[in-house]
Amino acid sequence: MTTGSERSDADTTQIRDSLLAVVRVLVPVFLALFVGALILLSFGKDPLTYYGYVISRGLFSPSGLEATITRIAPLLLIAAGLIVAFRAGIWNLGVDGQFLLASVVTAALAPVLMDSMPRGLTIVTCFAVSTAVAAAWSLLPAFLKVRYGINEIITTLMMSFLGISLSNVLVKIAFNDPSTTVPQTATLPVDERLPRLFDTTIHSGVLIALVALLLVHLMMTRTAFGLKLQVVGANPRAAVHTGLAVGKLTYATFAISAGLAGLAGSVEILGVWGTMRADWNPAYGLLVIPLVFLARFHGAATIGFVLFFAVLMIGGESASRRLGVPQYYVLVLVSLLLIFFALVEYLDQRWRKQARA
Amino acid sequence: MNTGSTDPAAAATAAHSGGGEGFVELRGITKRFPGVLANDDISLDFRPGEIHVLLGENGAGKSTLIGILAGMQQPDAGEIRVRGASVRIGSPRESLELGIGTVFQHVLLVQSLTVLENLMLGGAWWRRIDRDAALKRFRELSELLALEISPDALVGRLSLGQQQQVEIVRALWRGEGVLVLDEPTSMLTPEGVRELGQVMVRLRDEGVAIVFITHKLQEAYAFGDRISVLRLGKLVGSIDKERLSGMDEQAVTDEVIRLMFGSTEGHDQDAETLSGLGHRRPHLSAERQAEEPCLNLRAVSTQGDVGECPLQDVSFSLFPGEILGIAGVDGNGQKHLAEAVAGQRLAAQGEIFLEGAKIERLGVPDRRKLGIRYITDERLGEGTVGAFSVAHNVVMKEIGQPPLWRHGISLWDRIFAHARGQIREHDVRTPSERTPIGRLSGGNIQKVLLARELADDLVGEAKVVVFNKPTYGLDLQSTRFARDRIRRGAESGLATILISTELDELIELSDRIAVMFQGRLAGIVENGEGVEREIGLLMTGAAAA
Amino acid sequence: MGALLTEAFITSLVFGAITAGVPLLLAGLGEQISEKSGVLNIGIEGMMLMGAYCGFAAAYYSGSFWAGFLFGGLGGAAVAVLMAVFCVRFGMNQIVIGIALTLGVEGLTALLHFFQFSRTYPRLGESGALRIPLLSDIPVLGSALFAHHPLVYLAVAVVFALGWVFRSTFIGFNLEAAGNKPSALDAAGVSVIATRVYAVLSTGFLAGIGGAYMANVGAGLFIPFMTGGAGFIGIVLAMLARGRPLWVLFGALLFGASLALTTALQVAGLNIPTDVVQMLPFAMVMLVLVIFGRHSYLPPALGHPYVRGER
Repeated sequence: MTTGSERSDADTTQIRDSLLAVVRVLVPVFLALFVGALILLSFGKDPLTYYGYVISRGLFSPSGLEATITRIAPLLLIAAGLIVAFRAGIWNLGVDGQFLLASVVTAALAPVLMDSMPRGLTIVTCFAVSTAVAAAWSLLPAFLKVRYGINEIITTLMMSFLGISLSNVLVKIAFNDPSTTVPQTATLPVDERLPRLFDTTIHSGVLIALVALLLVHLMMTRTAFGLKLQVVGANPRAAVHTGLAVGKLTYATFAISAGLAGLAGSVEILGVWGTMRADWNPAYGLLVIPLVFLARFHGAATIGFVLFFAVLMIGGESASRRLGVPQYYVLVLVSLLLIFFALVEYLDQRWRKQARA
Repeated sequence: MNTGSTDPAAAATAAHSGGGEGFVELRGITKRFPGVLANDDISLDFRPGEIHVLLGENGAGKSTLIGILAGMQQPDAGEIRVRGASVRIGSPRESLELGIGTVFQHVLLVQSLTVLENLMLGGAWWRRIDRDAALKRFRELSELLALEISPDALVGRLSLGQQQQVEIVRALWRGEGVLVLDEPTSMLTPEGVRELGQVMVRLRDEGVAIVFITHKLQEAYAFGDRISVLRLGKLVGSIDKERLSGMDEQAVTDEVIRLMFGSTEGHDQDAETLSGLGHRRPHLSAERQAEEPCLNLRAVSTQGDVGECPLQDVSFSLFPGEILGIAGVDGNGQKHLAEAVAGQRLAAQGEIFLEGAKIERLGVPDRRKLGIRYITDERLGEGTVGAFSVAHNVVMKEIGQPPLWRHGISLWDRIFAHARGQIREHDVRTPSERTPIGRLSGGNIQKVLLARELADDLVGEAKVVVFNKPTYGLDLQSTRFARDRIRRGAESGLATILISTELDELIELSDRIAVMFQGRLAGIVENGEGVEREIGLLMTGAAAA
Repeated sequence: MGALLTEAFITSLVFGAITAGVPLLLAGLGEQISEKSGVLNIGIEGMMLMGAYCGFAAAYYSGSFWAGFLFGGLGGAAVAVLMAVFCVRFGMNQIVIGIALTLGVEGLTALLHFFQFSRTYPRLGESGALRIPLLSDIPVLGSALFAHHPLVYLAVAVVFALGWVFRSTFIGFNLEAAGNKPSALDAAGVSVIATRVYAVLSTGFLAGIGGAYMANVGAGLFIPFMTGGAGFIGIVLAMLARGRPLWVLFGALLFGASLALTTALQVAGLNIPTDVVQMLPFAMVMLVLVIFGRHSYLPPALGHPYVRGER
């Protein structure tokens, strides 16, 4: 009846909602840090020193911040691919194999092309070829899913194992640089790698990743293609009913998702390492999958989560050298964060349901 | 478990002498859901040796009441007494242990286990399986119910009717106390319904208290010893055994309609819809049918997965302005027929012509452009994406097409504006076009589907429309709305295929009625006097056309 | 080819196939139980790793291999408790929690290893194989098949026991119903949640023993991240076996054989990179899928948390 009180109600709801959103982020972070602190204490390490060091190294020291932002590039590219796949209801759990194969291809191709091509063209060619290779690696799971309805969780996992082994074989046998003792590919000189941004060690792959994520976001929200993918993901039977070409869309989803994972590998090689060593496997895929879930497949939220975890990784790497807490501890912290984020979200949904009732 | 009530004589005495005494007594049962009072202070008795019919339209609170009896839901207030003792039915197990067996509307059997294994399900896990005892009990009940099902048959390979029989066996498995049947006739042939009636009578005479839930008046009269009417969560009245035995069908109908609507006058339409006595359409004249048919199927066959019934050699013609009813027990190939016409499933063999042009190789979008529309029976299963907005769902079959998309870019302003127009035009009750469609009632979801399929403004004119069970699960008002739409469509010249398991609906609307049996068209009959009997025979496969 | 088929080669290959296959077998059997009940247990990798650590620590401090296996199983089950609470009881996302638990266990066991063992790198002694009389004296295959730690025979017994449980006990029916039509199980008065919780716990226990075997018998020591995807192979085995334990056994031996092939080839004097050989079983499975591609059967309710009244 009284519009005035309605408006103030709306205002308070809005304030309460934004407060709740902050609480939903802070509570799990606090809980994870608290449980993590208990673990550190049990090993006889001072948690406050550790956390302080991680944050100051990962976020507030110039070199640490540069490393953090550099680390974001492959994670965001993988995340962009996973957002497409998960929105379309496809479980691409084979990211690591796709990533590594693309890395090998880039590492093998770049030094060879460099001799005959300008840097820009070399880089673009490497991107294109490695993206295509990664996409091709997902062709078989896509075929098996479309043709026989075989669950892609198994097939992508298997192709991932295959891809990891194959990339090692390629490094050790096909593209081994005979001049080094450890098996690795020929090294790309620093000035032939991805251009750096300004005077930092951050390479331009970060921009590529941000653009890719933005494009994926626009594709999913503003195009017919994105909407079709979401229909397939949300209700595959509705997709059949409305006459969508589910098979083609499935192939496209696999290709985009794997292709972006491949691009991540290519960017990581061209931007950071310049070479690929045998048995190198950062296993980013396993880490990014839950992050994308926590971000609810949302682009901006994904950037937030990825940044947060990059800080932890970089800070944790420094801390392991300095404080004698192995880098593995970061995995524990990541795990705790994932669990508490999921738990808080679960409780939040339950309370809302009760509030509605 | 219930030695007292299995003795028919004792049970009969109890039923007659006790007056208010029942096997199960509900007192003041109240259950709230967000925004709905599903059960409002309901008091009922279920007595041994009596078939108690609970009558009410969809949404009247019948299912909630059953959920409470079966231990799936707890009442917010009220008391349940079983054999005089107040009980709390906290779980399905407690319900079974109290001697209450429930046959739900949707089959609750594990498809990958055998009949006997399904029946034994629920045994304490540390026990050894006593197959012989189970087999003995199965034989006993098979004999009682006069069933012929192999105990070792895989449930997934049984027909729906057989699966329902297995469910009845299971409901009685731990003792014949109370048998609750929730809309049990919806997937049975007229013959199956008759058999079910015989089974119920046999069980009643054994002293079982039977609760029979239905929304069909005729069934209430045919089977009930006592009829209670629910409306909007309230018990609005009952006809007890003594009175019922002295009334004829017309009197019962009048009484029930009076109970449901307060008078026989004011709610003519509701009463008609409910009793299946709606106006029949004037039939299409024979000359009209001599014209060029709009749609032609020639010897169409499909292939199906396990558990589906594919089409075999189906041929018919459909004329503009005609409604062809498709009768038959659920699962006899109706779904494949609808999908084969819509283009959702390509025919393995045979030809389909639309106005003389071959279309059997075309997919859904192409056939849609040519004027074929399909309103599916699975509104949330495949018709819509529940988590998406009403607007998304309104345009779901047009994704990527101008004018709502340009070069593949979504023009959301236009899409939402279009949706708002459709919502207004079709009287869809929704808070906004951005509300997830899954939150709407079944009737409103159906309106969205009707809007999407019958609209002409985006893809050109509709010519052939397939309705698959268009009123399934809808309340009276929405049912009437949907039937009106079908009738108006045909009057404007649409060639209509109406698939339904409700014979009344088919007789009310159709010009001709085809019967499907095991994937074949068992026959096509002209609608008219005495058509029920003909259809009934065809449905069982007893007669070939 | 003739040179390959020497006695030493075959003995080494078969023996190695079994040693490498037993952890996969236990993981695959465990995963099969979860999947039958409708839970996709992605956390199994973490359960194995926790089993490997706990099993090794227990065996190292107690000196008993059996204590090692017991605590390995309990360690795996402890991780499974978290999986059960979060995914089955609360209905949280099975993939997020599964991966989170795996990451956490990887970190935690590596930390524990760092603070406890990284300076000394202790090893366990001989596991004490049980040479079955007569059978183990059969030439070539005898010592390859019948001279293993008793746990190996026990694991094979579990295959047949599980087959019996699935086919002809109430537990088997309940698992089948929980994965195929949970509402039917609920209506029959059996708790779907409890059934799935027990299934996940069994998975953890079996996977944990598998991890412990890997550490104690296979390697003789604990190394961080030592399971290296064995749990995921277990998932693959369970999905391909379509609910039949015997198929898990065949699959595990096949994968085990390919893992053992490198060592065996080295015995035979051939040096083929491990990576090539490790690709074989996966390549073979993919090939089989492409050639004989059939619709893979998975329980309809797999991956969906059960909420009463929702279908």
